[in-house]
Amino acid sequence: MEQPLIEFKDVTKRFGPRTVLDRVNLQIFEGQVTTIIGLSGAGKSVLIKHIIGLLRPDEGQILFRGKPLGEMSKAEMDECRAGMSYMFQDNALFDSMSVYDNVALPLRETTNLKKAEIDRRVMARIEQTELLDAIHKYPSEISGGMQKRVALARALVTDPRIVLFDEPTSGQDPIRKNAILGMIAEYQRRFGFTAILVSHEIPDVYFISNRILALYRQKIVFQGTPEELELFEHPFKDEVIQSLEGLQQELSSLYSRRQFKVRYYTQLKRDTSEKSYVIAFFTLEGMSGLVAGLGHDAAQEAVRCMGVLIDKHFGAVGGFSARRGVNEFMTVLPYSDLSEAGEILKNFVQDFSGQGIRDISAQAIRRAASGECVEFTIRAGLAQGRPAAGMDAVVESAKARQQEVARLQCDVSKG
Amino acid sequence: MAMNENRTENAEAERPQGVLSFLTWPFAATGRSFIGWVNHMGAATIFLLLACLKVFRPKQLSKIIQQVYYIGASSILIIMLVSLFTGMVLGLQSYHALVKFGAQGSLGTLVALSLVRELGPVLTAIMITARAGSAITAQIGIERISEQIDALDTMRIDSLSYLISPRVVASIISFPILTAVFDLIGIFGGYVSGVLLLGANAGAYFYRVQESLELKDVTDGFIKAVVFAVIVALVCCYQGYFAHMREDSRGAKAVGLATTSAVVLSCVLILVADYIVTSLLI
Repeated sequence: MEQPLIEFKDVTKRFGPRTVLDRVNLQIFEGQVTTIIGLSGAGKSVLIKHIIGLLRPDEGQILFRGKPLGEMSKAEMDECRAGMSYMFQDNALFDSMSVYDNVALPLRETTNLKKAEIDRRVMARIEQTELLDAIHKYPSEISGGMQKRVALARALVTDPRIVLFDEPTSGQDPIRKNAILGMIAEYQRRFGFTAILVSHEIPDVYFISNRILALYRQKIVFQGTPEELELFEHPFKDEVIQSLEGLQQELSSLYSRRQFKVRYYTQLKRDTSEKSYVIAFFTLEGMSGLVAGLGHDAAQEAVRCMGVLIDKHFGAVGGFSARRGVNEFMTVLPYSDLSEAGEILKNFVQDFSGQGIRDISAQAIRRAASGECVEFTIRAGLAQGRPAAGMDAVVESAKARQQEVARLQCDVSKG
Repeated sequence: MAMNENRTENAEAERPQGVLSFLTWPFAATGRSFIGWVNHMGAATIFLLLACLKVFRPKQLSKIIQQVYYIGASSILIIMLVSLFTGMVLGLQSYHALVKFGAQGSLGTLVALSLVRELGPVLTAIMITARAGSAITAQIGIERISEQIDALDTMRIDSLSYLISPRVVASIISFPILTAVFDLIGIFGGYVSGVLLLGANAGAYFYRVQESLELKDVTDGFIKAVVFAVIVALVCCYQGYFAHMREDSRGAKAVGLATTSAVVLSCVLILVADYIVTSLLI
């Protein structure tokens, strides 16, 4: 069995008579995105502050690569913390320093790099986080969203192996929330660091997380994949997930995955007539190009627009849709067969090729940091299923049958 | 938050209940205050020792220069203004007192010795406390409550070395220099009021200044300035650094109270230390 990178063993933390963490046990694995979810005030921030060493447990042990932190020498502890970075919930930016100086601070103070090298690294991060316009401004002169990105740039500038994000999306609008989560996912893929997030952005965090840890009543009550969480039966699910997860997903206005399943079960599973249904699966390909050309916000705007168009078209014929991944959507067409669904999809593709894709492009460019020419492709696939069989196999089948249905090329975006 | 709730609950528990508790409560409260005071003294001593040890780390020079500019150079105008009028008032009062005995020739002696031995170091320290000390406490306090100091720790930047050590060293450098400026301008102020305005003899004034001042007077004044520098830097940095642990308030209010405490405590300790150092040096 894989050794956890970080492990909590019966960790208890009290503040006076109040117990915040009660014999918490958890494992965090290397190279994964692990998200700690729970209600506000549940102790999520307290939990990750133990990992970075800002708090120490009253009881129990925290193990780093199998070795208890309490038994480490100062040199070992320093080495362990050298690869860690922490993004604070309230950013904790130095308000007397410019954006550039805030991002450069850890490199200036903890490395012996030359000024030119520091400048190169800082500018790279500032560019990636779309902060070039704010480089000489002070934190008080920029918006909350930009402050978050400065904090993100500062957390990533040292190329850490482990990054802890404490509510990285708090106080952001839906587009920006997803842009930040997308940024974290992209950097995590690109640099391979271990990301530990504290969030209650359900279900948005599911799309980027490998593992979910659920903190409920001072204990970790669930550890597993987002898919396993869907099958998890516990009061936590009723009290926490349902209160955090709206009926519709904030970004795309579509059903959340859980609500999608609820509707699937209530509309199709309970129907004993065994009529077939069709699942249409859509993918927006070229996200990395969109991000590189127009920025994270514009890429998320494109995803949002696509969700809205799918919902509008298929909702009108009785379908219901949900976001499946960062750039994936699925739609259920109840009581349909493949030929009928094929016709509906054909109409959709006609509308989409004519106007929809231009709308997506226009909305994305409006949100963009630059007006660069970008290309992206929409792929779609259909698969038929019956309520008696599992939905996941049908979804996978639709995904496997995807074909290109629309493409935006540079000359179109310019026109 | 949890700590705050804890403090409230502790305060509830500490209230006297029953006759016996009511009678013993003043002693318990005094004991607790004394223990708290001893704790603070211990913490402040460790704080100062660590800050002094961490001066000898790389990349400190630029921070020290920055702080010397902020604590020292930026305070020079106010020090000059205060010292000029202090010297003028001293010259004015002394002249009228001395003229009764026909000893107005000793005006230079009185002004110079008063300023160099006592008023220079003490008033300089009090003025820097008011101008720079309060700002140091407020700045560090805000950095503490907005988690900026925690952020330094997570970036592996030693907050004591980054924030406190340069300020302690900069104070030790700035206080004696500003004291010297205070002394010089003060003597000039005495000349303005005593000689230029009241007509005392200029030659006698400067002769007496030169004759009465010994090197020991000047070095004693500088020793006091260094002692006051350590006191002001320690008190102001300590109050700001631990603003979040105040039991009487939280958040912005805690920073405000920490700033007030820093100024009041620094001024009191300057006067107490002045007496002790004078009695040791005399």
